[in-house]
Amino acid sequence: MSELTLTVMRLGFLAVLWLFVIVAVQVIRSDLFGTRVTQRGSARRGAPDRPQQQRQATPPPQRQQPAGRGGGRGRRGAPTKLVVSEGTLAGTTVALQGQTISLGRAHDSTIVLDDDYASSRHARIYPDRDGQWIVEDLGSTNGTYLDRTRLTTPTPIPLGAPIRIGKTVIELRK
Amino acid sequence: MSSTSNTTTISTIGPPSRRNTELALLVFAVIVPVFAYANAGLALSDELPSGMLSYGLGLGLLAGVGHLVVRKFAPYADPLLLPIATLLNGLGLVIIWRLDQSRRLAQQAKNADRVFSAAAPNQLIYSAMAVALFVGVLIFLKDHRILQRYTYISMVGALILLILPVFFPPVFGARIWVRVGSFSIQPAEFAKIIIAVFFSGYLMVKRDALALASRRVMGLYLPRGRDLGPILVVWAMSILILVFETDLGTSLLFFGMFVVMLYVATERTSWIVFGLLMSAAGAVGVASFEPHVKVRVMAWLHPFAVYQEHPPSWATTEQIAQALMSFGSGGVFGTGLGQGASDLIGFAANSDFILATIGEELGLAGTMAILLLYGLIVERGMRTALAARDPFGKLLSIGLSAAFAIQVFVVAGGVMGLIPLTGMTMPFVAYGGSSVLANWALIAILIRISDTARRPAPAPAPSTDAEMTQVVRP
Repeated sequence: MSELTLTVMRLGFLAVLWLFVIVAVQVIRSDLFGTRVTQRGSARRGAPDRPQQQRQATPPPQRQQPAGRGGGRGRRGAPTKLVVSEGTLAGTTVALQGQTISLGRAHDSTIVLDDDYASSRHARIYPDRDGQWIVEDLGSTNGTYLDRTRLTTPTPIPLGAPIRIGKTVIELRK
Repeated sequence: MSSTSNTTTISTIGPPSRRNTELALLVFAVIVPVFAYANAGLALSDELPSGMLSYGLGLGLLAGVGHLVVRKFAPYADPLLLPIATLLNGLGLVIIWRLDQSRRLAQQAKNADRVFSAAAPNQLIYSAMAVALFVGVLIFLKDHRILQRYTYISMVGALILLILPVFFPPVFGARIWVRVGSFSIQPAEFAKIIIAVFFSGYLMVKRDALALASRRVMGLYLPRGRDLGPILVVWAMSILILVFETDLGTSLLFFGMFVVMLYVATERTSWIVFGLLMSAAGAVGVASFEPHVKVRVMAWLHPFAVYQEHPPSWATTEQIAQALMSFGSGGVFGTGLGQGASDLIGFAANSDFILATIGEELGLAGTMAILLLYGLIVERGMRTALAARDPFGKLLSIGLSAAFAIQVFVVAGGVMGLIPLTGMTMPFVAYGGSSVLANWALIAILIRISDTARRPAPAPAPSTDAEMTQVVRP
C-alpha cells in the first residue's frame, strides 16, 4: 500500500473521528439553547409559560395507556396513574396498582413532598374494596384540599379532580 | 438551604424524543470503527482484513439491538450515551485486533513460554454479553427509584464484592481478581455501580443532617462527629482495599466518588477540603509502608531510571517509559493505525496501556477526540442529574458519572505519567470482560434515569372550575 494512501487514510480517519465529536456536540446544542429554566416561585401565569401550556395540551399519543390496566380492576374509567401537575415535583407520575400512596415530607413517603406547607405525613391515597380511590388527610397542619373543600373525612377522588397540598397539585388520570 | 437543588426545573422545548438523532449517530458510530479497521488492515498487511464485513455487521447488530430496546423501553432517553459507548467499544475492538496482529507480541509471549491468543474475538464476545446486560437492565429496571429500596443491601453487596478478591491469589501483584474455574472477574468494576446506589440512597436521607448540623470554625463548616462517621468508614474501607489488595485505582475511585457525591448532596466545600486532606494522608501513609505501592510511586517519579547503567532495585518495569515514548513518537497526528510501535509495550498493551497505542497511532488529535468522547459521556450524566426530578436519581447519576470520570482520569493519568500508575482499565476501550460488562450496565442505568428525567410533563386536566382554592404562593 502506497505511503500516500496511508497518509490520506490516517488524516481522513482523524477527520471522521472529530466530525463525530462535532456532530455529538451539535446534538447537545439543543440542550443549551432549547431549554426553559423555570425558577421556583416565579410567576407561572406570565407570558413565558404559554408555550408550555400549548405543548402540554397535545400529549404524545404513546403516553396514553389503555384503560383498565390497573391490576385486576378492569373497570372502565378507573384511574391508572397519579400525576403531580403543579409544584416542584411537577411531572412526576406514579402508576396506581392497588397500593397505598403516602404523601408527605417524610423520606419513606411514596411521594416525598419538598413543600414548605406539607407535613411529614400529610395525606394518603388508597383504594377501597370497590377499587374507588380515596384520599385521606392524616392530620396535617395546613390541610389537604380536594377541589376547594378542605378534607375532614376520607373522600373518594373523582377522575381529574385536583388534590392540593400547599403548592403541590395532584390528580388521578386514566 | 440544602434543598436548593429543587429551585429550578429544566425542560426541553424541542421534540422530547430524540430517537432518530440517536439512530443517525449510531450509524455514524458504527462506520467510524469499520473505517479504522480497514485502515489498520491496509497498513498491516496491504489488504482489507477478511473479517471486515462480519465485524461491521456484528457491531451494527449490537448497536441496532441496543437502539431498538432503548426506543421501546426508554423512548425519551438521552440520544448521545448509546452512540458514544458504541463508538468507543468499536474502536477498542479495532485496536485490540491491531495488537493481536503484532508479531513482536507473539514472539515475546513465546519467549516467556506463554500462549499468545488473539484477544479481539474474546472481546467481541464480551461486548455482545455486555450489550445483552444493557438490554436486560433496561427491560427489567423499569424505574431507577426501585434501586432506592436496596440501599443497605447494596452496601453489603458492594462490601462482599470488594472483600472477595482477598481470598484469591494475587495476579501481577494486585488482588483484584476472583477466579471461578477458567473464568476470572474483577468484582471492583461491578462494585462501583452498586456502591453508587448505596451512597445515593444514604446521602438522600442524611444530607440535611450533614449540611446543616455543623459548627463554623475558621471559615470552614465542621460537621458533627456522628455525621463524620460514614465518611471515616468509607475512607478506612478504601485504605484497607489499598493495603490488602494493593489496588490503588479502586480505592481512589471509591473515595473520590464518595467525596463528589457528598459535595453534591450537601453543597459544603468543607467536605472537599476534608476529602482531599484525608486522601492525601492515606496515600502518603500507604505509599511509605506498602512496598507494592512504593514501587509504583518511585516508577512514576523516575520513569526512565530502568534504562540507567545501574538501575535501582525498584526499577523493574519499562512500561511507563515505553508508554511515554509512544506518546512522544505519535506527535500531533500520529503514525497511523497499524503503523506505530506501541506493541513494544509487551505486557498489558491491550488493557492498561491501550491509551499509549491510541496516543502513538492517532496522535494528540486522536487522543483528544477519545478523551472528549469520554467527557461527553460524563457531561450527559451530569446533565441527566440536573434534569432528574427526584433527589435519588440526581445523586445516582452524579455518582455514576463521577465514577466514570475518575476512572478515565486515573487510567489516562497513570499511562501519561501524571499520577502513579494503577491497575484500572480504560472504560469500553481496554480489553477485559468485567470492565465492558460493568460499563455497559452503568450506561444502561444512566439511560434509564435520563428517560425518566426527560419525559415530558403530562398535560394538566382541563380546568372545569376557574375559581378553585387559592394556591399558596410565596
